[in-house]
Amino acid sequence: MDNLLSIITFLPLVAAAILGFFLRGEDEAAQKNAKWLALIATTATFLISIFLITGFDPNNPDFQFVEEREWILGLTYKMGVDGISILFIMLTTFLMPLVIASCWEVKDRVKEYMIAFLVLETLMIGVFAALDLVLFYLFFEGGLIPMFLIIGIWGGKERIYASFKFFLYTFLGSVLMLVAMIAMYVDAGTTDIPTLLNHQFGSDTFSLLGIQIVGGLQTLLWIAFFASFAVKMPMWPVHTWLPDAHVQAPTAGSVVLAAILLKMGGYGFLRFSVPMFPVASDLLAPFVLWLSAIAIVYTSLVALAQKDMKKLIAYSSVAHMGFVTMGIFAVNQQGLDGAIFQMISHGFISGALFLCVGVIYDRMHTREIDAYGGLVNRMPAYAAIFMLFTMANVGLPGTSGFIGEFLTLIGVFQVNTWVAAVAATGVILSAAYALWLYRRVVMGDLIKESLKSITDMTARERAIFAPLIVMTLLLGVYPSLVTDIIGPSVANLVENYDLALLAADTRLAEK
Amino acid sequence: MTSADFIAVLPEVVIAIYAMGALLFGVYTGKDRTAPMLTWVTSAFLVLIAVWIGIGGQGSNAAFGGMFIDDAFSRFAKVMILVSAAAILVMSEDYMARRNLLRFEYPILIALAAIGMMVMVSAGDLMTLYMGLELQSLSLYVVASLRRDSVKSTEAGLKYFVLGALSSGLLLYGASLTYGYTGTTLFSGIISAASGDDVSLGLLIGLVFLITGLAFKVSAVPFHMWTPDVYEGSPTPVTAFFATAPKVAAMALFARVMHDAFGGVVADWQQVLALLSVASMFLGAIAAIGQRDIKRLMAYSSIAHMGFAIMGLAAGTAFGVQAMLVYMAIYVTMNVGTFAFILSMERDGQNVTDIASLNMYSRQSPAKALAMLVLLFSLAGVPPLVGFFGKYYVLLAAVEAGLAWLAVAGVIASVIGAFYYLRIVYLMYFGEERDALDPGGNPVLAGFLMASAAAMVLGVINLFGVEAIAAAAAATLVN
Repeated sequence: MDNLLSIITFLPLVAAAILGFFLRGEDEAAQKNAKWLALIATTATFLISIFLITGFDPNNPDFQFVEEREWILGLTYKMGVDGISILFIMLTTFLMPLVIASCWEVKDRVKEYMIAFLVLETLMIGVFAALDLVLFYLFFEGGLIPMFLIIGIWGGKERIYASFKFFLYTFLGSVLMLVAMIAMYVDAGTTDIPTLLNHQFGSDTFSLLGIQIVGGLQTLLWIAFFASFAVKMPMWPVHTWLPDAHVQAPTAGSVVLAAILLKMGGYGFLRFSVPMFPVASDLLAPFVLWLSAIAIVYTSLVALAQKDMKKLIAYSSVAHMGFVTMGIFAVNQQGLDGAIFQMISHGFISGALFLCVGVIYDRMHTREIDAYGGLVNRMPAYAAIFMLFTMANVGLPGTSGFIGEFLTLIGVFQVNTWVAAVAATGVILSAAYALWLYRRVVMGDLIKESLKSITDMTARERAIFAPLIVMTLLLGVYPSLVTDIIGPSVANLVENYDLALLAADTRLAEK
Repeated sequence: MTSADFIAVLPEVVIAIYAMGALLFGVYTGKDRTAPMLTWVTSAFLVLIAVWIGIGGQGSNAAFGGMFIDDAFSRFAKVMILVSAAAILVMSEDYMARRNLLRFEYPILIALAAIGMMVMVSAGDLMTLYMGLELQSLSLYVVASLRRDSVKSTEAGLKYFVLGALSSGLLLYGASLTYGYTGTTLFSGIISAASGDDVSLGLLIGLVFLITGLAFKVSAVPFHMWTPDVYEGSPTPVTAFFATAPKVAAMALFARVMHDAFGGVVADWQQVLALLSVASMFLGAIAAIGQRDIKRLMAYSSIAHMGFAIMGLAAGTAFGVQAMLVYMAIYVTMNVGTFAFILSMERDGQNVTDIASLNMYSRQSPAKALAMLVLLFSLAGVPPLVGFFGKYYVLLAAVEAGLAWLAVAGVIASVIGAFYYLRIVYLMYFGEERDALDPGGNPVLAGFLMASAAAMVLGVINLFGVEAIAAAAAATLVN
């Protein structure tokens, strides 16, 4: 199939259009139809995407399943995947049916809710599949619209503040990237990503408004991209939109946000910042490494102090993303492998954790940690599942969480021992906040009156968790499942990166 | 006058004859009773002329010794002007009729204004320029104060007239200086005089005055003061008209003067335009935040959008002009849809323009709210909607011309601007239910709203081919 990627990308959008145009009414039956249609569409997307992974040749570091068509203004509609992007697409298509299933109990404007998620899925897959700068930007930014609506319409009490903060924060970050993309187009004469990956952007120092810019054009472009991806990631200190957005978003929105949307930032670093601006990346890597180390320790400490479960997990996400940026900017095989692995695994784990919060939120309508305690007495299955994901979040060996953290730490240790040492303390801190959360919510005696009648998970809820459990454990004991696929592409990236640095050095020496 | 000259101005002449014929018809028949019919007929007539110009026009013809130019650029602008004028006429009919505003002069004045605008974009001489500009302006002064019994409407008309006269004065002064220092009013003569490095200071002062006059017409900051008051005070259909066709005409004229007459001294006017652009984008974005009236908000929105269009012009390249044309085409499409929505905002049969009245509009009319949502995100320039491509074009033109700082300023302004568009979305979707607007509404308006929103979504595929036409148009202007 020549246009497999386009089919996967746009199938959810087609389903959304069908929902929008043909489904009428607000009654029970219509709501049910909307949910089923969305579930079928996302499941079908996942099933089709299996062809993608089976047809993918992991030993080939080039882009595969490439489609190219003329578009306006010298832009091309070009899609394709390589070892770095394919797993993000799989992650997205894998999680979306679970996300849809998790919002089965939503009653308010169900049709619109489903449409928002389906549109969002198209845009998310598009981000990872796009091989044209502007096409990428289109998908990257377009995701803001449905997410803004999801938070704003179906969110909690402070949803309006949270949705505006989410939108404007990420919008501001990305528009600078747009200008950088235009500058890249003007410099290289194309917006084709594979061509740009081989284009050498100028790295000679020049002065701008009296300031010496070391690394020249590359540095300026790098900073513009960094502004966008660091906000999206989010990195300390521009992470403040995330806890607000997470707390106010509905459960399904939180899952998508944590599991997929955050990964766009990491993917952006891997696709643009590191391979396209190697000199600038090399120059600014220590800066990113230290920001990551601070993020890991600082946000772990902040997480300890949270009273709201979702907020705690949100801060834990920021800390885990710190490992990712650290691994990426170590720019070696272990670091990059670890970063990608960590992102995939965090997709499953954080998604599952937000679903865990959703399970008890649906019953008690509060996220306050103090409102719970002793749930194990009434909800044994829930306690077991929550335990598993808490451990995975901590990074217990045997779960996928361990592999990612371990690999990134190895990677960064080779580059900067001090950063590795600081980041390693973050592992301990994450154990502290995660286990403490678990103790306060699940362990102890069930003394609160309101919890006396709480019920354990339903079959539907268990079914949602089952695939996530399988994946977390499977990747924990058999990590080559991921590393085999990403390995050659990552090796290729590292090789090109080192060559580019070498070339820049010799050029500098000749002068 | 040779027949070739006559053929070049034929569309304008035909509309002029039509307008005068309609005037006589209106006077001798039942006056305002025929107004609805006249509105529809005028609208159809304008569309017909647009089709004629769009399909029939060939090549570049200079008529009357270069005073009147009929080329791909002017035809592009004329088609936009005529189609948007026709759309606004159709949209106003029901609104005006129900408020007893529909006089038979209204469609005729719009047609006369359209002639003025067509002459403006075809101007090849400062005289032609001024004649077109004045014909347009005089018609607009009158329609602004169409609601004679309303203080605000009269005030709007008067304000527009006084400030418009001032700007015309400035423009004339600039024109006389230009004539004094170049010895000609023909653009083709000016461009050969104004080239090279040693351009006389007097000519540059003339240029600055000309830019001032033109900036007033496109309502660029700092010559924008009239815009919010006139937008608010005029009857809403007239506001819709102000926001579309005259803006296209003025921007096209701006491009014409800058490139046809002063194309040799790009470096001299580039910074001036860049400054106008930056000031408009920021003022438009920031001042709109505090607005509670949707018409005033759209006034500031249009100021910000003009800032972006001027950014394309400031690039000083053929691609910049192309970007500006594409931007204006997108802008006009969005504004027609948005004003169709504003025209349909009613409560108990009275029109409301308060933004707060949109509270939870999405529950009441989900389809219209969704269309409006699309338009608002498009106005904000959020991809993947077409409004983004307009911004992308002008940003690209600016960066290519070495104005990266202007592009950075532009995108920051667009983030600030996004806030007030989002606020309307927030009211429509996130708010609390209060006394709702009247349901239903005019199907014509709903049709325009839906069509405009659909264009914003489907245009992503190929921008309906506007790009190639705009490129051809820009190529004839800049060589």
